Amino acid sequence: MEQQYAVEMLHITKRFPGIIANDDITLQLKKGEIHALLGENGAGKSTLMSVLFGLYQPEEGEIRMNGQPVRIKDPNDANALGIGMVHQHFKLVECFTVLENIMLGVEPNKAGFLLKGEAREKITELSERYGLYVDLDALIEDITVGMQQRTEILKMLYRENDILIFDEPTAVLTPQEITELMQIMRNLAAEGKSILFISHKLNEIMEVADRCSVLRKGKYIGTVEVKDTTKEELSRMMVGRDVEFTVAKKDAEPGEVLLEVRDLYVKSRVHDSDAVRGVSFDVRRGEIVCIAGIDGNGQTELIYGLTGLEPVRGGSIIYEGTDVTHYSIRKRITSGWSHIPEDRHKHGLVLDYPLDYNMVLQRYFEPEFTKGGMLRKGNIRAYSDELIEKYDVRSGQGSATPARSMSGGNQQKAIVARELDRDSDLIIAVQPTRGLDVGAIENIHRQLVAQRDAGRAVLLVSLELEEVMSLSDRILVMYEGEIVGELDPKKTTVEELGLYMAGAKKNMGTALGEPDPDVSPDTTEGQEAGSNE
Amino acid sequence: MLLLLQYTLIYASVLILVALGGCFSEHSGVINLGLEGTMIIGALGGALTMNLMPNAPAPLMVIMVILISMASGLVYSLLLAVASINFKADQTLVGTAMNMLALAAATVIVKAINAAASSKPSATLTYVAQKESFIVRMGNFDFNWFMPVTLILLIAAYILLYKTKFGLRLMACGEHPQAAASVGISVFKMRYAGVMISGVLGGLGGIVYIMSGVSEWKFDYGVAGFGFLALAVMIFGQWKPHRIALSALLFGLFRALSQVHSSLNFIEALNIPAELYNMLPYIISLVVLALTSKKSRAPKAEGIPYDKGMR
Repeated sequence: MEQQYAVEMLHITKRFPGIIANDDITLQLKKGEIHALLGENGAGKSTLMSVLFGLYQPEEGEIRMNGQPVRIKDPNDANALGIGMVHQHFKLVECFTVLENIMLGVEPNKAGFLLKGEAREKITELSERYGLYVDLDALIEDITVGMQQRTEILKMLYRENDILIFDEPTAVLTPQEITELMQIMRNLAAEGKSILFISHKLNEIMEVADRCSVLRKGKYIGTVEVKDTTKEELSRMMVGRDVEFTVAKKDAEPGEVLLEVRDLYVKSRVHDSDAVRGVSFDVRRGEIVCIAGIDGNGQTELIYGLTGLEPVRGGSIIYEGTDVTHYSIRKRITSGWSHIPEDRHKHGLVLDYPLDYNMVLQRYFEPEFTKGGMLRKGNIRAYSDELIEKYDVRSGQGSATPARSMSGGNQQKAIVARELDRDSDLIIAVQPTRGLDVGAIENIHRQLVAQRDAGRAVLLVSLELEEVMSLSDRILVMYEGEIVGELDPKKTTVEELGLYMAGAKKNMGTALGEPDPDVSPDTTEGQEAGSNE
Repeated sequence: MLLLLQYTLIYASVLILVALGGCFSEHSGVINLGLEGTMIIGALGGALTMNLMPNAPAPLMVIMVILISMASGLVYSLLLAVASINFKADQTLVGTAMNMLALAAATVIVKAINAAASSKPSATLTYVAQKESFIVRMGNFDFNWFMPVTLILLIAAYILLYKTKFGLRLMACGEHPQAAASVGISVFKMRYAGVMISGVLGGLGGIVYIMSGVSEWKFDYGVAGFGFLALAVMIFGQWKPHRIALSALLFGLFRALSQVHSSLNFIEALNIPAELYNMLPYIISLVVLALTSKKSRAPKAEGIPYDKGMR
């Protein structure tokens, strides 16, 4: 009888000091199927895939391929067995061309000299067969994330891998690119490739996967046929309880204008030109304004300019009627700004400080925490303990825990606690839920909405479309450094938003509007209808 | 004028060799600040070879001196390889230590050798007769065998980096070692290769340098910062062999000026102090680096010890 399973991971147990990352997990991948692996952060998905890829050795259990037990000691073994992986963070050399990246490691050569023509022929043939368009001579640093991902897929196909692992492949893509990727995955499966698709996005699993295995806290929960299940059931399996998918919130009641940004220019971090080019918008009290866009369209630089991390090249930032364009970061903070930064390691925490010091990073100089130039450690510890309690920040040694040793989700919770507890009027939150699981996301969303309802202004930058649609009261879409559209989340669709994000559509409306107190989000309706074909 | 050309070419040869050495090491991901020290050790190896076989026929002399210099540099560079690749030491510190060690060791060794002849030994080695083996006089121009050797190595370096499997893999290790490792390349081996090539080229550069203008060398002078000048050439050359060659010619020209300015009438007429010409290459390197460093694009992962767990 022919073997039904391409890969079987049977009763895999992998322990790390203190925790069991994988506890008796069984995963069976059929030939030619798309098999989703679903789980929260820390559920053990990555560990399981690392075991399959030879990065870790399991303490118990065995791996079989086509019914035969195999030993996978390192990634080279995995490669030899035909297992390929598209990592979440692409493993591409930026200053190499697409062609060089694909052939790296398995270069066709004659006495050590590269035969690029031979590689080019083979790749061209593959890219036509699977509908994977790439520009072979472009440098990785110049191409879109979508094309980088196709390069990664071609890398696996070039090596004639039959087991393809996709580690959260859609996180960085536009809706159009996601649709494309889904089609590519179906094509691959139809050609007999077996696909493991790691994700915590239920919609995508429902759309593309044949079967789905769910992990929770290192344990195997079960495997279901996707066509016989629902989103709700999958999420219950994943989290262990019912989850609210939409953010419960009442309609916004925008008040006075708090922040006015006018014609802002900010230099790019990567090249010499401006990444933010003439951006103008307002943020009012009592609303959540979301800057949407594909990563790298100037959102990061916009926030750097706003928060003072980078000097602006032109334009002005007016806060409560005062020009704060050239204020120092400290002065912005003490004026009532909070900033949940995009890079929590770089701008959010001092990783080698204990948690309590991190909790007072912007306040240590206040009389409560400093007396005569000396830190009042008792007060700092007490305040930190209070925050930890209130915001449920979990860590090994409480306030004394070094920030570095905390999990990403709890680091983020600590930052959110610190920033929201200062009762700032303006909250700038950049991808506040990145890399967090459904439960933690739900929590942070609820808190941001509470801040809004308390009459504060929230400026949110997000790459997650669902978050943009469910959380915001007003959406500004950024494309190539400009705001190309203002949308009302209640009156638009994900598809339309995607078109704006990809630069295919523009509506230069009220985003550039006058600071006129009578303009409420509803007035955007006219433009919306006009551009909505 | 021919003299100026002759010195420009020989100094450019030194800079090309050593800068190419740095280029290979950095493309593999290891910063080699120890090139200065590697040059000293290479020079010492070559000079001792000449001392030991004063009457060897010219071809044998040339080949032996080149091989021994290269081998000395190679062995010395292993210090950097072991410390920075095996033990993940800070590459800047290791390089600096290598420079200090090489200067002191060379001085001690040479003085020990000279101790037999004098009670107050100097750190100088002399090789007047031996040097003749390396030179072919063509009228007023002294053709030096090191020149074609450098040219061949330059072309070889270009081909090795851009046309071979080895070069592609080497550069991948300096840019994104995790990516290289994920496709089965041994970052460990490639970095060793990069550092060892830099040792070979640095050692050869050292012997060429001490034979460029003079027939004896005071080893307590080291190589007068030429290793660092080569690093400047490498950066100005953007880690690319063909651009390194051009910038080496430029810097070589300035260095040559200090050697021959007194014999060039139109320059001598300017009546500028000789010290200024000596300073020129170093000043130029400061200015050039200050102006161009903003645009320079070093291998991304250089200086960072490779860590398997980092993703």
